[in-house]
Amino acid sequence: MDPECAQLLPGLCAALADPGQPLADDTCLEKLLDWFKALTEAGSSLQLLQDSPCLVELLLQVPKTLGLSPRVLAFSLRLAGLLAAQEDCFQFLQQGELLPGLFGEAGPLGGAAWTAPTVRSGWIQGLRSLAQHPSALHFLADLGALDTVVSLQGDSSLFVASAAGQLLAHILGLSLRGQAEGHPGPQVCDWPASAQRIVGHIEESLCSPATPRVTQALNVLTTTFGHCHHPWTQVLWARLSPLVACLLEKDPVPAAHSLVDLLLSVARSPALELRPAAGWETVAQASGPAWIPAHAGPPASGAPERCRTGEGGLLGGRLKGAAGLAVRGPEQHFPGLPAGPEGDPAVADTLLSSRSACVGLLCQTLAHLELLQPLPQRPAPWPQAPLLGAAVTVLRFCNGSAVPASGSDVGGRLCAILASCVRVQRAALGFLGALSEDTGPPELVTQVFAVLLDYLQSPDSSPTVLKKAFQATLRWLLSASTRRGCCDLDPPTQLFLRELLPVLQRRLCSPCWEVRDSGLEFLTQVVGRWAGQAGFRHALLASEVPQLAQQLLQDPESYVRASAVTAVGQLSSRGLHASPAGPEHLGGPQKSLLPELLHVLAADSEGFPPQGMQVFTQWLRDGHAEVAEDTERFVARVLQAASRDLDWEVRAQGLELARVFLEQTLGQPGSRCPYAVAAPEAAAPGRVAQALRASCRVQLVEFAFRALFDYDRPVAQKSCDLLLFLRDQAAPWDSLQEAGGSPDVAVEAALQRWR
Amino acid sequence: FFQYCLSGHPTLPCNVLKFKSTTIMLDCGLDMTSTLNFLPLPLVQSPRLSNLPGWSLKDGNVFLDKELKECSGHVFVDSVPEFCLPETELIDLSTVDVILISNYHCMMALPYITEHTGFTGTVYATEPTVQIGRLLMEELVNFIERVPKAQSASLWKNKDIQRLLPSPLKDAVEVSTWRRCYTMQEVNSALSKIQLVGYSQKIELFGAVQVTPLSSGYALGSSNWIIQSHYEKVSYVSGSSLLTTHPQPMDQASLKNSDVLVLTGLTQIPTANPDGMVGEFFSNLALTVRNGGNVLVPCYPSGVIYDLLECLYQYIDSAGLSSIPFYFISPVANSSLEFSQIFAEWLCHNKQTKVYLPEPPFPHAELIQTNKLKHYPSIHGDFSNDFRQPCVVFTGHPSLRFGDVVHFMELWGKSSLNTVIFTEPDFSYLEALAPYQPLAMKCIYCPIDTRLNFIQVSKLLKEVQPLHVVCPEQYTQPPPAQAHRMDLMIDCQPPPMSYRRAEVLALPFKRRYEKIEIMPELADSLVPMEIKPGISLATVSAVLHTKDNKHVLQPPPRPVQPTGGKKRKRVTDDIPDCKVLKPLLSGSIPVEQFVQTLEKEQHGFSDIKVEDTAKGHIVLLQEAETLIQIEEDSTHIICDNDEMLRVRLRDLVLKFLQKF
Repeated sequence: MDPECAQLLPGLCAALADPGQPLADDTCLEKLLDWFKALTEAGSSLQLLQDSPCLVELLLQVPKTLGLSPRVLAFSLRLAGLLAAQEDCFQFLQQGELLPGLFGEAGPLGGAAWTAPTVRSGWIQGLRSLAQHPSALHFLADLGALDTVVSLQGDSSLFVASAAGQLLAHILGLSLRGQAEGHPGPQVCDWPASAQRIVGHIEESLCSPATPRVTQALNVLTTTFGHCHHPWTQVLWARLSPLVACLLEKDPVPAAHSLVDLLLSVARSPALELRPAAGWETVAQASGPAWIPAHAGPPASGAPERCRTGEGGLLGGRLKGAAGLAVRGPEQHFPGLPAGPEGDPAVADTLLSSRSACVGLLCQTLAHLELLQPLPQRPAPWPQAPLLGAAVTVLRFCNGSAVPASGSDVGGRLCAILASCVRVQRAALGFLGALSEDTGPPELVTQVFAVLLDYLQSPDSSPTVLKKAFQATLRWLLSASTRRGCCDLDPPTQLFLRELLPVLQRRLCSPCWEVRDSGLEFLTQVVGRWAGQAGFRHALLASEVPQLAQQLLQDPESYVRASAVTAVGQLSSRGLHASPAGPEHLGGPQKSLLPELLHVLAADSEGFPPQGMQVFTQWLRDGHAEVAEDTERFVARVLQAASRDLDWEVRAQGLELARVFLEQTLGQPGSRCPYAVAAPEAAAPGRVAQALRASCRVQLVEFAFRALFDYDRPVAQKSCDLLLFLRDQAAPWDSLQEAGGSPDVAVEAALQRWR
Repeated sequence: FFQYCLSGHPTLPCNVLKFKSTTIMLDCGLDMTSTLNFLPLPLVQSPRLSNLPGWSLKDGNVFLDKELKECSGHVFVDSVPEFCLPETELIDLSTVDVILISNYHCMMALPYITEHTGFTGTVYATEPTVQIGRLLMEELVNFIERVPKAQSASLWKNKDIQRLLPSPLKDAVEVSTWRRCYTMQEVNSALSKIQLVGYSQKIELFGAVQVTPLSSGYALGSSNWIIQSHYEKVSYVSGSSLLTTHPQPMDQASLKNSDVLVLTGLTQIPTANPDGMVGEFFSNLALTVRNGGNVLVPCYPSGVIYDLLECLYQYIDSAGLSSIPFYFISPVANSSLEFSQIFAEWLCHNKQTKVYLPEPPFPHAELIQTNKLKHYPSIHGDFSNDFRQPCVVFTGHPSLRFGDVVHFMELWGKSSLNTVIFTEPDFSYLEALAPYQPLAMKCIYCPIDTRLNFIQVSKLLKEVQPLHVVCPEQYTQPPPAQAHRMDLMIDCQPPPMSYRRAEVLALPFKRRYEKIEIMPELADSLVPMEIKPGISLATVSAVLHTKDNKHVLQPPPRPVQPTGGKKRKRVTDDIPDCKVLKPLLSGSIPVEQFVQTLEKEQHGFSDIKVEDTAKGHIVLLQEAETLIQIEEDSTHIICDNDEMLRVRLRDLVLKFLQKF
């Protein structure tokens, strides 16, 4: 800890322990905890306590002080937990009986302060931090904390309840941490008492008729299997899976969503992957078709298949099941995927009997597949082509263009269920986008682009669907160009882009602002990527898209205006902005873009996004014609407007622009290039003086100093960087040292510390 | 209970319901798609249309060339457009007691029915329906009458000739019954037969049936109807909408507990979502105008146009369209815009509250005030002075066969800068455009049909749970062009009963009860006897008096004391004989107890056998050679000429039964 902080700390602690000192907000407490966390991670907590007795004093005093804010109480509990995470420090605190005072009966537990959810949450989080070593387990046992944690699972505050569940899972993991690696270990009856106690509680809860209790137990298990892959988890699952299977037999299945999460967590656990627990079979048997329609959980019925093909295959099978149902014989259509529910007509029948179940299942499957796609442990070989085919088919079912096999009742029903289903459309488009990471057979890729164009064109696509369609399109376009090894697009993709422009044009005129916004975002990204492509440039300039984008700078919706600023800036950077010579343009002669954007920045605090500042910075870097006319005036206006903007990112970007300006005036355009061979050197004195004068003229220094006191840390930090850079350039460190005793030294030190 | 189906058009229905002793016509829609077979009526002489070549048969025979003209491979009748009327032969329409109108689009055939069939009944409709219906009829008559056409083609209608014609003329149905448009005089006469009603108002028809209009949410004053007697209920759903547009929301709750729900007037474009279409409409409108092109919107003078103008009001500035003039041209444009503002009680809640502010419920008032929207009765007169391009024109008729729209099609059709945007779903846009081909202007099809779609219908049926659904056959199978879309049909249990034009459908009613009122003095004389807890019975002797389909039990006249007078009783004074009534019996005979009693000393039967039969028991008194058949609703004593024994046994049986 630096001396200044050490100096300040006693005062701070005194202020915290004083109930008369109101706290404006608790973000400062969070920041303080962040700082302590960084300190304890970097060094010894014990040392910290010994160096700062005021902390111990604070922790001792807090539980005794009446009328203290619950936030300070919660802070103290969390701080104590943080410090006690190191065993020696824990012992130190234990000697002073400080921890029981905070976490035991003597503390807020059970007192009036306990009614505040913040305090209960602080208590749990404190214990969560503290429970890192065996001594902590004894402490918890002595305290009888487990009972409280168990009861807090049903807390009225969701945050507290969820944290209590996580703490239970953590304590279970901690108490079994010593178990031999690579071996399933002893049976549950030989586990430590605390672990047995938790398992017993979970077992009881799983058998409970009260659904909330079942949910709590399932959540603890999900957390456990999700975070801990030690061999003992196999023992635990072997013991509990029959109980879980019993849940599946109930009608209706209690806590279905939590159950599905648990089964997914189990399916993903590498510990269980190694040796599938015997419970799997039970689960698989128990998960007859009856529960699927009601609660739509993916892994259960396909669980045994997991051993064969992995989770991807399982989910893929399911997706195929839904997509390929009776389209034209699933195997023929999607070879390579394991059998899904369509293998069993009874399952398919029940599944299709409920629209919500079918839709829920499909959405969940698609979402899980989307998550699975980028994972390194995804199954190999990844069934890309069948999945691609299935995603396209699902999307076609959703927009009514898929024709089920004639006479197929199942296909017809699926068609009826999926027609215009926005949820499935969104999920399928998300998944389709994720599939762009791999390629597929050309004919399938053609189908992908065709179905994407259908969705982009269709007036029936809802704004959210459209946004997803734009995102998926962009990903597929990117993947198409990446695979060619350059940013060039192959002729079919170029053709697609040309077909897309009229659609985009229409979308930019949509009465629905979300649609206009998504259209602009897409435009920005497409232009950023392919502005160099002659074919694309030509098509874009021939269309009205640039003019429309510029017109949207006046949109009534601020989000759209903000996106328009970025899009227009991007177009202008790439020389694609609306041609001033547009004969039919209604708005009369074209105005220069720069004043328009500057006006938006100055006058419309909602309509100017941080990305807009990036555009300005880029313009300055690139020597954009309009900027080059009078750079200083441009910078001055931008900085002036940015300093007043409500968005901290805009202010931070303003500092970035200031830095570029400085570099340019100092004649060091390449100084920030990471590939620069030489270290940045101080500029020639003449240039420095010139640059400083220019900085003063554009009020750059003033802007930077004001930013130094910004409420938002990133802005202040950036300002520090900028000022240090300026100092380095103006007077190298050595010369300052030589001069000695300069009054600037203190400032310099302060700046360095800020950094 | 019968339904006579006079129209095959699912959204322009005309059905006659024989319900109890009444004959009720439900809507009288006019199928105007027949006009698509005719050449457009240009307001200004069109050299292109007047110079079209006559059509000749394959063998070169040209006898039809005066009646039929060829244009871009299509053949059109060169005559005054004619309409396909509802079936008039299926039932004698003079017997129709009342006509119930559900919305202004479904009353366009009214003058044909009320003026030419001997109809003498009453027509019921809400006020906005009548007023806007009048505007639609007035516009139609005006469009057709202002372009008088000397020629009236009839040769082509000859069945033998029609066979030789190309499609679609060849396939046109019932061409012999097609009629020219009615006159304004007929319109006025027809409308004078209408009696105005309000939502939820109960109207008694001859005491037998009560009819009630309910808000249907589709258009100003649009209604569904409940037709009910005391024990039967028919709901007639026609043109309803669950979307939040300008009319009052649909009343669904009152449709519950129907025996039969007649379902017509669903959306004609089930795959198009109205919101998406409105978006498409404005995107295309903006793009065209930005390019310096004009936009033509063929439309009716009321209905969706109000919503479009409202959206326009919100969109106009953001899309940079403030300087673009919007024209609404119709002989009834002014009335339509003004009427919409005065029917506050028929509007949705939001619009109703505006009236109390006070503000006009529709923002088109402001568009007119700020001169952004201008309306004219026709292209002649003021319009030609004010006309500025590029502009947006809303005008009729959506069939593109008559009205000012014909002029704009001719004027703007040659430039690809212009766009025609179809928003009305009643006509196939390709067929509507056929006589204007080849066409350079862009054509956009954005049908906005706010009526119920199949998903909404399915929810509605689940909600109101009618015992039976009756609907046009088109709704029982997916549309022919999308045969795989099983979601585009009505799916309910039991499956709906479908009908087609000129079909008579027996409605699945089981009449089980009739309500009979009982006079207070008679009720007072009743002595109920509780036979089961909560169930009491009483015998009643009364005279059933039936008049105007109402049944009343009146006290019987007192028996006339024999006067012993000299006058002979006249036949007219004859009154029903009031015999001494036998008591009524109830309950069941406990066989075991009965047998035990028989065996007791005072009766002294021995040798009794009891046999169980399917319907009850047979008690056999072997010695006395007597059978007692005990069944649920009868007991027979069969014995050989021993009346004494029979009476004894009868009395014993009676002891076990309750009497009152």
